[in-house]
Amino acid sequence: MKFIDEYQNSKLAKGLAKRIAKQSSKHIRLMEFCGGHTHAIMRYGIRQLVPKTVEMRSGPGCPVCVTATADLDKAIALAQLPNVIITTFGDMMRVPGSYSSLQQAKAEGTDIRVVYSAIDAVEIAEANPEKSVIFIGIGFETTAPTIAASIIKAQQKKIENFHVLSLHKLTPPVMKALLNLGEVKLDGIICPGHVSVIIGSYPYEFIPKNYGVACVISGFEPLDILLCLDKLVEQIENGQPGVEIAYPRGVKPEGNSKALQLMEEVFEIGEANWRGIGWVPQSGLKIGGKYEHFDADKAFSVSLKPVREPKGCRCGDVVRGAATPPECKLFRKVCTPERPVGPCMVSSEGACAAYYQYGPPENSQEFSG
Amino acid sequence: MCLAIPVRVVSIEGDEAETEVAGVRRQVSIALTPEVKVGDYVLLHTGYAIGVMDETEAEETLKLLEEIASLSEVH
Repeated sequence: MKFIDEYQNSKLAKGLAKRIAKQSSKHIRLMEFCGGHTHAIMRYGIRQLVPKTVEMRSGPGCPVCVTATADLDKAIALAQLPNVIITTFGDMMRVPGSYSSLQQAKAEGTDIRVVYSAIDAVEIAEANPEKSVIFIGIGFETTAPTIAASIIKAQQKKIENFHVLSLHKLTPPVMKALLNLGEVKLDGIICPGHVSVIIGSYPYEFIPKNYGVACVISGFEPLDILLCLDKLVEQIENGQPGVEIAYPRGVKPEGNSKALQLMEEVFEIGEANWRGIGWVPQSGLKIGGKYEHFDADKAFSVSLKPVREPKGCRCGDVVRGAATPPECKLFRKVCTPERPVGPCMVSSEGACAAYYQYGPPENSQEFSG
Repeated sequence: MCLAIPVRVVSIEGDEAETEVAGVRRQVSIALTPEVKVGDYVLLHTGYAIGVMDETEAEETLKLLEEIASLSEVH
């Protein structure tokens, strides 16, 4: 496929790997923010290609993983209301909440439907005017504009039974929260490529400026990631952290202005509850202004039992980069993709799922850093 | 979740485009990329084109990668 196959060339990968090895003189710790990067790094064996001096930690860039249990419980409670259809991206179905999961709730007879796009959810609302259709809105800046566009579409078509439980989260504010926490000392961040298609490179500028941490935006093919690592190593070795785009075929410094405009039109920025991190100011999107009536939080009220977190699950530590999946005692033994204990094992972007799928047990020690 | 794949725009009608990748055709919304033209590649994410791929930049990156590879062979 064009724009993909060319970036999987092993000869070019070896060239980059050699250059990285030559440049790298000291141990550095990088965080790949995005779960898509974690999977690509594991899948293509990038860790084995780069010198041991380059350490990589997974970050919070997996929307399913950082959804707070309380919010998942709310989604499940909404499903139990009469005349409601819940629509959701598939990854959310199997995530265990405090007492149940969406999958379990569906098995018990509630109407929960997996959709590929928010457009599908709007269409379900249109086809079922006697029901309330609630879309579980998860995702970062990549996804939020698509939800904004769907809400605007529903408004134009006067579809009043469509609602969104907006759990959307923002990338730069949570990076700031992690850096302020200072729990994991970082030298550089592999910034998320598709979030950056929307927001551009400017919103990361405060990171090298205020924290001295290098930032490079990466695509998702192996050569994209190696090029990003090459630039990060170069910035860090030279003591000149900055913001660079190693994915210029997709990302422009100013981002996608139309998408940003639609996000601003529909959403208001507020605090958000992140699994493992807690409430982070200015890191969430709520539906505001003239679109307020689409907000499921305002249209419905549910009572919730106290939150119960899964015992022994270290997903919270994994999303902060404070633990690697093999450092969790449940990993591979109790917690597997077939019987996941936490969201990081469920999601196709979860770090635990990536380590499970691509990291053979004999290598786990090496990965546990 | 943030997965997006490059697909080629075959035709445009209003804020919808027909796209093609590896022989598979799909309707996508171009509400977020009104500047898109037939023949462009867009990044498809959950039914929406979220960005238009820049072919010139793509070629530049490949050129840079080839340069790096040939240099590391010499040394």
